Amino acid sequence: MKKFRKILAIMLVLVMAFSMAACKGNDTPTTGGDATPTAEATQGATQGAEATEPAAAEEGKVFNIYCWNDEFQRRVKAYYPGYVDNGDGTGKIGDVTVNWIITPSDDNAYQNKLDEALLAQENAATDEKLDLFLIEADYALKYVNTDYTMSVADLGLSADDMKDQYEYTKDIVTDPNGVVKGTTWQATPGLFAYRRSIAKDVFGTDDPVEVQKRLSNWDDFNKIAEEMKAKGYTMLSGYDDSYRTFSNNMSGPWVQDGKIVVDDNMMKWVDQTKEFTDKGYNNKTSLWGDAWSSDQGPDGKTFGFFYSTWGINFTLMGYSLADSNAAAEVGNGIYGDWAVCEGPSPFYWGGTWICGATGTDNKSLIRDIMYTLTCDAATMKKITEVEQDYTNNKAAMEEIANSDFQSAFLGGQNHIKLFAAAAPKIDMSNISPYDQGLNEDFQTYFKDYFDGIVTKDEALQNFYKNAIIKYPELSY
Amino acid sequence: MTEKEKRELSSLRIRRIFGYIFLILLTVVCLFSFYILLINSTRNHVDIQKGFSPLPGKGFARNFNNLMDNPNLPVFRGLLNSFIIAASSAVLTTYFSSLTAYAIHAYDFKGKKAIFTFILVIMMVPTQVSALGFVSLMREWKLINTYVPLIVPAIAAPIVFFYLKQYMESSLPMEIIEAARIDGSPEFRAFNTIILPIMKPAIAVQAIFSFTASWNNYFIPSLILDKKDMKTLPILIAQLRSADFLKFDLGQVYMLIALSIFPVIIVYLFLSKSIVQGVALGSVKG
Amino acid sequence: MLKKKTSCVKYTKWGYIFLIPFFLVYTVFSLIPLISTFYNSFFENYMSGLSHIGPTFVGIENFKRIFSEGDMLIYTKNTLIMWALGFVPQIIVSLLLAAWFTDVRLKLKGATFFKTIIYMPNLIMASAFSMLFFNLFSDIGPINDILVDVGILSEPFRFLSNVNGTRGLIALMNFLMWFGNTTILLMAGMMGIDTALFEAAEVDGAKSLQIFRLITMPLLKPIFVYVVITSLIGGVQMFDVPQILTNGNGSPNNSTMTLIMYLNKHLFSKNYGMAGALSVILFFFTAILSLLVYFKISKKEN
Repeated sequence: MKKFRKILAIMLVLVMAFSMAACKGNDTPTTGGDATPTAEATQGATQGAEATEPAAAEEGKVFNIYCWNDEFQRRVKAYYPGYVDNGDGTGKIGDVTVNWIITPSDDNAYQNKLDEALLAQENAATDEKLDLFLIEADYALKYVNTDYTMSVADLGLSADDMKDQYEYTKDIVTDPNGVVKGTTWQATPGLFAYRRSIAKDVFGTDDPVEVQKRLSNWDDFNKIAEEMKAKGYTMLSGYDDSYRTFSNNMSGPWVQDGKIVVDDNMMKWVDQTKEFTDKGYNNKTSLWGDAWSSDQGPDGKTFGFFYSTWGINFTLMGYSLADSNAAAEVGNGIYGDWAVCEGPSPFYWGGTWICGATGTDNKSLIRDIMYTLTCDAATMKKITEVEQDYTNNKAAMEEIANSDFQSAFLGGQNHIKLFAAAAPKIDMSNISPYDQGLNEDFQTYFKDYFDGIVTKDEALQNFYKNAIIKYPELSY
Repeated sequence: MTEKEKRELSSLRIRRIFGYIFLILLTVVCLFSFYILLINSTRNHVDIQKGFSPLPGKGFARNFNNLMDNPNLPVFRGLLNSFIIAASSAVLTTYFSSLTAYAIHAYDFKGKKAIFTFILVIMMVPTQVSALGFVSLMREWKLINTYVPLIVPAIAAPIVFFYLKQYMESSLPMEIIEAARIDGSPEFRAFNTIILPIMKPAIAVQAIFSFTASWNNYFIPSLILDKKDMKTLPILIAQLRSADFLKFDLGQVYMLIALSIFPVIIVYLFLSKSIVQGVALGSVKG
Repeated sequence: MLKKKTSCVKYTKWGYIFLIPFFLVYTVFSLIPLISTFYNSFFENYMSGLSHIGPTFVGIENFKRIFSEGDMLIYTKNTLIMWALGFVPQIIVSLLLAAWFTDVRLKLKGATFFKTIIYMPNLIMASAFSMLFFNLFSDIGPINDILVDVGILSEPFRFLSNVNGTRGLIALMNFLMWFGNTTILLMAGMMGIDTALFEAAEVDGAKSLQIFRLITMPLLKPIFVYVVITSLIGGVQMFDVPQILTNGNGSPNNSTMTLIMYLNKHLFSKNYGMAGALSVILFFFTAILSLLVYFKISKKEN
């Protein structure tokens, strides 16, 4: 026993020494503040002013892209000229090899992986450095507010290049000093999609203009919910449905001076949802649950859903069909029974942003990919036509909005027109690096309140308590 | 036949009928999950989203083809990778844990009790505790994108050790060990040729456990492996679940889950035989 | 006598040699990360986004915080309740099944088939298993449909919005996933028992129950101890099922939040300090619990 203890003690000492040494090596640069515009960066900016050839001679031969699915890969494959697919998941642009490092987002694995890579970036071998990575809006500032993410200007993308992009898509990736550090090909403005047949039954009309008049503000919206209930319908399906329309319109960011601030608008969502739940104006469903999906199908008795571009064209359309094996056309389920209107508040939902990683040796290639896929009007229009994506280009979208485009699914409505009108109204200047965690937690802990398990105050306390576990640097 | 024997026979019959009913119920419950997994793999995404169905859909071929057509999801490569990792882990963990258990069971040496207690204590450490430290360490040692961090640690598995040690206590009397020594076998060979075969049922049990655990493991592999051709099935499944709205397809997810379950069932059926046959029964008698 | 002594010395070294692989690998892959975990418990050390805060030595501040928050108790209670809900039926069913399968007189036909089946739920990964449970027990799922149709319920029971409903589902899933495992363990133990003992007992006219109580159980004790201890450890470490079923939130109202889920919350934010402290507490908690059970049961045996 004595001997064993001795061995263990020696081992402990060794290991502690080891881990201390390891800690020292882990000193990372502090974020924010001293953004140092290096000579290299300015050089990049001037260089980027001209349309650069992809993969200029002095640039690296390996291009590493971090992402969580293959959406961006498909876009690059289809719309970036010069990308050659090697057929084994890698690709080539000129003589540069493109590696796709795909890590699923389940269990936060993607962000863990990305964090590890960014922190190791400085000491990584040239060909292992990550060059480009993708992020989502809710956690964008976690990366954008650090020096690990390059400003797009330093990459050579000018404000003029991005002039046709929607303002909110830039807000989301703008750091506190006003520097834009990412760009996206998609805009995802949201609308209120409703059932025409229910509108006719309750209002006597299904005309989007008429319907919009009846729910252009929240007081009217709530009144209509009562009318819906009287006729045997529910206004919304579940608790989370209207969440974004409130959380995108807060009067300030979630976190101010290190303190969590619950905006009045968030409490409005709580009160509205509680009222809807108690009065039976919703079906108590949860986002992506089967009851929620089913409410959007032929058997649904729910008036409408807040959805953005992709949600209407794909998700809602998929659910509307009675027979998913048959063609999507009028007569199959409630295809054609939907219409969209602006609803009471502007909001957005979804989107993926492209960022350049500091330390990349492929700046001009990043710039060129960003320009081609997110700034070039011709490419953007093509993406919309082929993929039905709503792309991030005002000019291209206006063109479609003013055409005689009609959606059969929406009963002949030109919904692009409404999207084009809604997108400029979105204001995401109040975004914070904590949005992902706080929005998730807020919905989670207030669900207990809606379910009648806890009081409003208990729900708020649960939210606070878990928020500071998630973000130890915050207080409330 | 005496009255007593008759009574016994009828009570045996009642117990048997009761047993069958209970077992059939359990069987239905156990197989139900597999049935639904299979059913869902034949259904279209939106239908699965909208809810449960006990009847198959028409999407089997479509789901299968979609899954095979995805260049970022090398399904068969993933099957192979998962198999390599799970099989190696199972072999290493059972072999070395038997060796460790044998060391404690068959030999008397200084510090034995302390070592045994030490292993008992470290058995309690939840794996989550050191997960993140483990991953950073592996990155430092340049073991990212190798199978070393996923296979080699299986050699030191306190829980497997503990089970085998307990099993030896109940089924490996010192007489057998003594007998082997009298035969003049060198210790290491005696372990391989005499002791291991006796341990077969216990080893089979632990092999299944560790094979399944390793086969279904997602968290650590997802942080160690990012090269497409090295990924394991759970990573590929998670990748399907992370797909964007255009590609998100529960039909494919269920198809891949269904595909990934078959190899485990086969390995399981293969190993379960050796438990059922009960190799140990005779060996203790002498 | 003399001969035996020399042989002992001769063999002893093999004990050490056979332990080398285990300790080598354990030290390299587990002990180092583990000790750094423990070491971290005395520091403020976490990631705020991509910037590293600390490490700053704070003494036992992390431990104080954990105990002063008082949530540990709630989570311990949750964990033990859900463990017991799953374990009690599991050990009863498993003992029963193992006894049936090994009963030489009962001779159940198709026993091989049944033995093979009962372990199979454990082959499904927890995430797939919970996806199925979401479907089955949803508001519009088949279980609710049946209960409403039969007239037991007037409206769907919202399992996952109810404390008992959620805990019950978690216990049910754990039961289904592990009862086959426990049965196999007990069976492997029972089959290691000399059949001659059973035959002898039968000749003496012992009843099944007597055989079970007087022969099987005592000889099964080492394996039984193992099952109880590992299940307890597994129970205290309960994680994946409630984590996936409640999306890591332990909802409703933290009533299904287990100790490891709580630990995982700290790990999620890469809070090495708090996670380290929590690990130390959990470590001692489980270690004491398990050693107690182990020595108590193995003492009785002697």
